[in-house]
Formats: sequence, C-alpha cells, structure tokens
Amino acid sequence: MSESAEVIAGVLIFLGTLISLISSVGLVRLPDVYTRSHAASKSSTVGVLFILIGTLLYFLISEGYFSIRLILGIVFVFLTAPVAAHVICRAAYRADVPLTQTSAEDELKEYFTVNEKQSGDSPSP
Amino acid sequence: MFDILMILSLVILTCAVLLNIFRVVKGPSSADRVQALDSIGINLIAGIAIFSVYMNTHAFFELILLIGILSFIGTIAFARFIERGVVIERKR
Repeated sequence: MSESAEVIAGVLIFLGTLISLISSVGLVRLPDVYTRSHAASKSSTVGVLFILIGTLLYFLISEGYFSIRLILGIVFVFLTAPVAAHVICRAAYRADVPLTQTSAEDELKEYFTVNEKQSGDSPSP
Repeated sequence: MFDILMILSLVILTCAVLLNIFRVVKGPSSADRVQALDSIGINLIAGIAIFSVYMNTHAFFELILLIGILSFIGTIAFARFIERGVVIERKR
C-alpha cells in the first residue's frame, strides 16, 4: 500500500518540479515581458498542480487522509494564477512597456488609439 | 529512495526559485519583477507541499492556502499600482 503511494507521488512530484524548472528557464531566457508572463504563468501553474495532486494522492493512499484544504488550494491556484498574469500584462501594456523587436504587429495599439479618440481622454478601465 | 527523490525535487525547486530571483534583480520593467515574485510565491507553495510529504505530516496544508491567497492579493495590488498609481481609489 505504501509502496504504490510512494511511486505515484514520486512520479507526480518530480514531474511537477521539472515543469517548474522549465518555467523558470523560460522566465530568464525569453526576450519580452509578455512572452515571459506567458512562460511563467502557464507552466508554473501546471507544475504546482502536479505537485499538489501528488501530495494529495500520497496522503490519500498511504494514510487514507483526504485533505479538503489541499483541494481548496488546488482550485484557488488554478483560478487565480492566470488572472494575476492577465492583470500584470494589462498593467505592463498600459505602462507602455515595449514589445520585443521581432514581434510582427500590435493590434491592441490600434484599438487603444480608437478608444481614446472616442472618449476624449485616457481610456476608462 | 523516496526521501532522496524528495530532496532532489526540493533542490530542483530551489534552482527554479534562484532563476526567478535573477529575473527579479535584473528585470527591466517593474512588471517583470512583479511577475517573477508571483512565480516565486507559486514555487513556494510547491516547496511546502513537497516538504510536508518529506516530513510525512499534514500540519502545513493551511499554509499552502494562505500563501496562495496572499500572493494573489499582493500581485493584484502591485498591478493596480503600476497601472493607475493608486491601489485603492476614492469616489469624489
């Protein structure tokens, strides 16, 4: 019983840490705040979900302890991490952080200039 | 064997946090720094989960929820500050 718990939890947790490491490498190497946010939000969310599900299954199989707090943590991280990345990206765009040189076109800029022309002053949130 | 795997996972997670700290130190704009700090918070949740498996206890599960909530609130507050200059707006 304890053996299978250790195998399942070990595989899930190790996979999750590898995904977190890949996310951090992307956070260092990518050229732009938007691409860095893309790397950091998605893959670190998936990594922490793998780790938390591995922890949940470990305690569920080895001790029969079902933790509702861990379920709440999984749901909360899964809901809030993409929202946080979205808000940071929008703040960076409003603060005129430039895109990288190799990006092809900026459709949102056209949208914002049209919006400013209609409303007269700075765009309402 | 299982303990060694858990220690190895914690070491890899520490490497990930160190790479995030590099981005916090270097990052050209403040949005980079906020994003990296949010990523550090998420990695910290993962570290607590691995540590509770390693210690074979379930006394730290509240901490996972708590750090998740605090990291989210801090990120939202910093993003509002970057975007508008104030965190809490007043109606006039």
